[in-house]
Amino acid sequence: YLDTVCLNMVNDPTQFDVLVMPNLYGDILSDLCAGLIGGLGVTPSGNIGTKSAIFESVHGSAPDIAGQDKANPTALLLSAVMMLRHMKFFDKAALIEKAVFSVIAENKILTGDLGGTSKCSEYTDEICRKLN
Amino acid sequence: MAFYLKHQMPPLLVARNQPPVSIRITNQNKISRYFIGRQKRNYSAAGLQPVSCYGGRHVVTLIPGEGVGEEMANHVEKIFDKLNIPVDFEKVELTSSSTEEELQNAVMAVQRNRVALKGNIATAVNDPRLSLNVRLRQNLGLFANIVHGKSIPGIPTKHVGVDIIVIRENTEGEYSLLEHENIPGVVESLKVITREKSYQIAKFAFLYAKKNGRRKVTAVHKANIMKLGDGLFLECCQEVALGFPEIEFNSMIVDNTAMQLVANPQQFDVMVMPNLYGNIVNNIVAGLIGGAGLVPGVNLGQHCALYEVGTRGSAVHEAHESADQANPTAYILASALMIKHLGLDTDGTLLRAATQSVLSDHRIQTRDIGGSASTSQVVDAIVSVAWNTQQILRNESKQNKPQTLF
Repeated sequence: YLDTVCLNMVNDPTQFDVLVMPNLYGDILSDLCAGLIGGLGVTPSGNIGTKSAIFESVHGSAPDIAGQDKANPTALLLSAVMMLRHMKFFDKAALIEKAVFSVIAENKILTGDLGGTSKCSEYTDEICRKLN
Repeated sequence: MAFYLKHQMPPLLVARNQPPVSIRITNQNKISRYFIGRQKRNYSAAGLQPVSCYGGRHVVTLIPGEGVGEEMANHVEKIFDKLNIPVDFEKVELTSSSTEEELQNAVMAVQRNRVALKGNIATAVNDPRLSLNVRLRQNLGLFANIVHGKSIPGIPTKHVGVDIIVIRENTEGEYSLLEHENIPGVVESLKVITREKSYQIAKFAFLYAKKNGRRKVTAVHKANIMKLGDGLFLECCQEVALGFPEIEFNSMIVDNTAMQLVANPQQFDVMVMPNLYGNIVNNIVAGLIGGAGLVPGVNLGQHCALYEVGTRGSAVHEAHESADQANPTAYILASALMIKHLGLDTDGTLLRAATQSVLSDHRIQTRDIGGSASTSQVVDAIVSVAWNTQQILRNESKQNKPQTLF
C-alpha cells in the first residue's frame, strides 16, 4: 500500500528496488526519494514512450544563479547517462557515472549546493580529468 | 473569528490554562522529566461534556478490530484496571466480514458514548464492499484527523526536534468511494472537494493552531494539476487565513512537501490538507518519529471523538509472525489522549509520561524500533512505572494535607 511504502521508505529505503505506480503517487514518491538522496540537484529522470524518450533533470530553472557558472550539472549529467543506457551505450554510461560519483565522493571540488566552493566549469573539468 | 458563531464551533482539544503542579523527580523510579501533573479535572472539548459518565466512571466504546487490535485492546483494559482509571469499555465487535446491521450498531454505540477507541479493520483489495473504517468515519461525521508527530528522545531517528501537527480532512476528497467503469478497462474515480468541508477543516486547523499556541499553518495541495479541486481547497484556506493575521500561513505542493519533510522537517508546524495527501504525510511523519507503532491519532467530529493509531494499521502492525511482538506505544498513547479528552487530566498525563519514560529512560523497546522486548514486557513496564508514580503522588498529597488541630 502507498502509505506503508511511505512509512518504510523514510526509515529504510534500501529495502526497495523498483517501484511501479500510477501518476500522482509517482509524483509524490519520486520527490520523496529525491529528498532522501540529497535533493533535486542530483536526481536524474527519464520519460520513456513507445516512439521516443526524453531525459531531463527535475530541478527548477534557478534564474537567480543562471549564467554565473554556479549551477550543479550533476542532475542533467546523470540524466544523460540514463539516455546513453537507453541507447545501449552501457560501457560509456558506466564510465561517466563512475567519474561523477568519484568526484562527489572525494569531496574536494564541489559546487555550492553540495557544500563546496568550486565553479561549475571546475567541477566539469575534474570529471573530464577522471575520464582521461 | 467574527464570522464564526459560537454554536458552530467544532470541538477542540483545548490547551490547558492551569499552572502545572511540580513533581519531585526521584532517580530510583526514573520518572520521566516531562511529567507535569495537574490535579483538577476539566473538560477538554470546547463546550462539549462527555455524556456517558455514571458515578464518576466513564463509558467508552471499544472496537478492537482485527489483527493485533484484539491483543492491544486487552493490554489497554489491563492497564486501566491496574491503574484504577475510571473508564469502562463497551466492546463492539466489527470485522471485515460484519454485516450492515453490525456497522450501524457500532455507529450507534459510538454516538451514544461520544468517545471511542478503535483498532484497524482490514479492507481486502478484492472485496467489492466499501471500506468499513471509511464508512464508520463518514457516518459519524468525523471530519478532522489529527496526528501529532513529536520526536521521542531515546528512539534513534535521522531527524530530531520534529514537532508537526498534521490535520487531515477525513470524509471527502479521494476517499469519496465513487468509482465507475463505463467502458471495460477504463475506470473513472471521482475526487470530491466541497467548499463547505474545505472551510470547515481550514477553520478547524486555524482555531486549533491558535488554541495550542502554534505559529504557522501550511496548506498542502496539488492545485497546479487539479486546478478546480485542490484550487478550491487552497482558496478556502487562504480566505480563512485572512481572519487569523497572527498565524503565518503558507502553502506547498504535495511533492515538494514530501521532499521537505525528509530533508528539513523542523520547518513545519501545523499542516492542513485533503484526505489522500493527509494519509501520505501522516505516514511520512510517523516514519520520521520512528515508526508506525509510536504515533497516536484522533478523529474529531461535531459530537464524537474516535481515538486510534495514527497510521491506521499500516502493514507494519499486521505482519508479525508470532504474537506479542507488536509495538503497543501508539495504542497506549491514543488511550492516554482519550482519557485526557474525558477530563481525567492527571491519569492521562501519567500514562503518557510513563510510556515515554519506559521508551526513553528505561529503553524497553520492541523489535520495530530496535529493541528486543515483547509487547507484554513493555506493557508491564509501563504499568509498574505508572503505578509507582501514582503511589508517590498519593503519598505526597497525604503529606501536604493540612493537619487538623483537635
